[in-house]
Amino acid sequence: MNVHAQADRFEPGSLPGRQGRKSLLRFVACGSVDHGKSTLIGRLLYESKQLFDDQLDALAADSRKLGTQDGELDFSLLLDGLAAEREQKITIDVAYRFFETARRKFIVIDAPGHEQYTANMATGASLADLALVLVSADEGLTAQTKRHVVILSMLGVQQILLAVNKMDRAGWSEDVFRSVTAQFRDFATVLGVKKITSIPIAAKGGDNVILRSARMPWYRGLSLLKYLEQAEPRPASDRQPFRMPIQWVNRPNPDFRGYSGLIASGEVRAGMQVRLLPSDRITHIERIATFDGDLERATAGRSVTMTFADQVDASRGDIVVGLERPPVMSDRISARVFWMNSEPFNPGRRYLLKLATATVNAQIEPGVSIFDLNSQRSVRADSIAPNEIASGVLKLDRPIAVDRYDDCRDTGSFILIDPESYDTVGMGCIENVSPPQSSIDAYAKSGVAAKTKLARWTETHARSLAKAVSWRATGSLDTFVVAFVITGSPKIAGSVAGTEILTKILIYYLHERVWAWVPWGKRSPG
Amino acid sequence: MDALAPVADHVEDFAGVADTQSQAGSPLTHLEQLEAESIHIIREAVAESENPVMLYSIGKDSSVLVHLALKAFYPAKPPFPLLHVDTTWKFREMIAFRDARVRELGLDLIVHINRDGLARGINPFASGSELHTDVMKTQALRQALNLHRFDAAFGGARRDEEKSRAKERVFSLRTADHLWNPKRQRPEPWRIYNGRKRHGESIRVFPLSNWTELDVWHYIHQERIPVVPLYFAAPRPVVERDGVLIMVDDERFPLNPGERPATKTVRFRTLGCYPLTGAFKSNARTVSEIIQETIESPYSERQGRVIDRDGSASMERKKKEGYF
Repeated sequence: MNVHAQADRFEPGSLPGRQGRKSLLRFVACGSVDHGKSTLIGRLLYESKQLFDDQLDALAADSRKLGTQDGELDFSLLLDGLAAEREQKITIDVAYRFFETARRKFIVIDAPGHEQYTANMATGASLADLALVLVSADEGLTAQTKRHVVILSMLGVQQILLAVNKMDRAGWSEDVFRSVTAQFRDFATVLGVKKITSIPIAAKGGDNVILRSARMPWYRGLSLLKYLEQAEPRPASDRQPFRMPIQWVNRPNPDFRGYSGLIASGEVRAGMQVRLLPSDRITHIERIATFDGDLERATAGRSVTMTFADQVDASRGDIVVGLERPPVMSDRISARVFWMNSEPFNPGRRYLLKLATATVNAQIEPGVSIFDLNSQRSVRADSIAPNEIASGVLKLDRPIAVDRYDDCRDTGSFILIDPESYDTVGMGCIENVSPPQSSIDAYAKSGVAAKTKLARWTETHARSLAKAVSWRATGSLDTFVVAFVITGSPKIAGSVAGTEILTKILIYYLHERVWAWVPWGKRSPG
Repeated sequence: MDALAPVADHVEDFAGVADTQSQAGSPLTHLEQLEAESIHIIREAVAESENPVMLYSIGKDSSVLVHLALKAFYPAKPPFPLLHVDTTWKFREMIAFRDARVRELGLDLIVHINRDGLARGINPFASGSELHTDVMKTQALRQALNLHRFDAAFGGARRDEEKSRAKERVFSLRTADHLWNPKRQRPEPWRIYNGRKRHGESIRVFPLSNWTELDVWHYIHQERIPVVPLYFAAPRPVVERDGVLIMVDDERFPLNPGERPATKTVRFRTLGCYPLTGAFKSNARTVSEIIQETIESPYSERQGRVIDRDGSASMERKKKEGYF
């Protein structure tokens, strides 16, 4: 058989649906148990024609047997795939759903609402561009809703779509909608969630889900699906500094030594200078080799294999970075950790910490602070219970290259693995790092630490601009006085001071930015 | 933490520069993202296991999986063999395609048949679909994994296929007896996969987890990946049983008295054991036509599979017992 006799199967021209060009939005759907999440997702799938006749037949049969919707289709049965879930009528595990519209493909991460299964929700939220949080209009925010929002903020999910559900039970009341929205905003804004959009819906009847509902004429915003279609995905990280954790060393023959990985952030070009960590070698990229031919340039999100111009010794767990804004090498990291194991964290116990492709031993130092949901404050504690978020310091058995989570997700996040059961017991986001005490001198000599400390902006642009304006105001007053004393004419003095004020604000600002770049003469505030 | 506070000042504003620049250029397309993530998963599983293997079922998903493996390790060959669990009831065209494809790509192929089941005369007609699948597929797979001591096995399953699949992890832990415990699956945040396992345990790895049936076809089209010709419509001899069109692929098919195969233009949406795989009438002869038909179809992909109908939670039960 000749498998290439298939050329005529791949006729050129545009494809139906043209899937390849659609954008992708991943969103996590979460909220308290019984607030209607399964019903909403079931409806989205149903209305976007992702449910098939044979599935609907099976669903109709299941709805009669197990359903709670008086013979109508019970969408929750469609989604709860595990026998235990169907029996208990709750979602236990995170499930992944797929649907698409003419504009976009969606991956729905369907997260359980039950407190016991919060770990599964956190897992789902880690990759989401956006979170859809359901709150029932008749119940308002619950402790579990709050816990979900805390996790979303820890994981850096900055966009929340609040769906105030079961509006039918609230008499389609705008006041109820506004009060739930305000309650939610108060809670989420404190946690640093940047963008909150609120939509009143009734998932069961489909109100404001696909189309705007006539039952809530006071609502003038987008329907839920329309909103999802136009929401911004998380911005691509290809303008960030270059990072590629090495996954695999590719050596098919003595002439080729490639380093494979997924580009975590930034972009890389053939010929570009890069630094290898932890060895701290500098070399440059010779080739970016792929199955489809060599690339001149590759951006964040791509899986590539690169070769270096020099013979270097690098292996899995090492990282290739750009020369600008390198990560910090550290064996002490301060992080927020979400504890997922049913056993509380054991102080002093050694865990395996996997960050990107590196795995090291780690211990959580005694004395952590736990975020208390009710008071919204941190309290000191000695242990972390399941489903709690703690801030603490982890001591590693060797320094590894890390970034802050907010700067680069792939090199700023980790999982903790129990060294005996090998279960994944915690997930963490790096908040701060300190250079290793032991090797700080040697490290400073290498230049990495010094550059890391100083190459970053120490002043924001707004601050530089404010300084430029305040300096100019003072300076121009001075100019006016001097010019008036010399010329005796307030008109001439005014025009001299007036012209220079604008040009010099700009010059001062640029001057300030140039100095901000120069590390010379700066001192660490520590 | 307090001890670290001063350092905070030095690591602020990593994103500060980027924020002031114009937004990044064109983001990756949906298929580019899926491809890159799948390659990442394949490499990660190989790096964290001692003795990996790729299950090769000869179907379209397997074709995509092998293609991704070629890409993941290019210019080297994938550092693992393919394993085909042969129930001896696959379509003849599948076996011919398998052998031609493996030879062409220069890959190692292990074919495993449950000899014990064969000796007992297990077959889909006399034994029923459930017993046949259990003995010739599930148990055969366990035999093969034990025999070769594979500790990681790639499969082409996708989350959009079936309800309990939607809950599956990318790295799915199995006990030493190959059992799946849905309650002991590891949380899998970000792109960090935990490939550690205790002695005897193994991991099933599903790099196509986030692909849909349409993604698979679009990717096949984009990459021009060869697939078994049974996916394309052609005149084939079929009989109708319980409303399902079954192709008479060889002389082992026991025809009922008076039953005669009719030639109809049909194709298959999924491939498996020929007596358990329903054909349907179609004129789609190209990938583009298949895509069009898939979009318009009122039926799900698994509709033609006889084994999924053995009860509502049957897939979950089969998975717990070690089925892929």
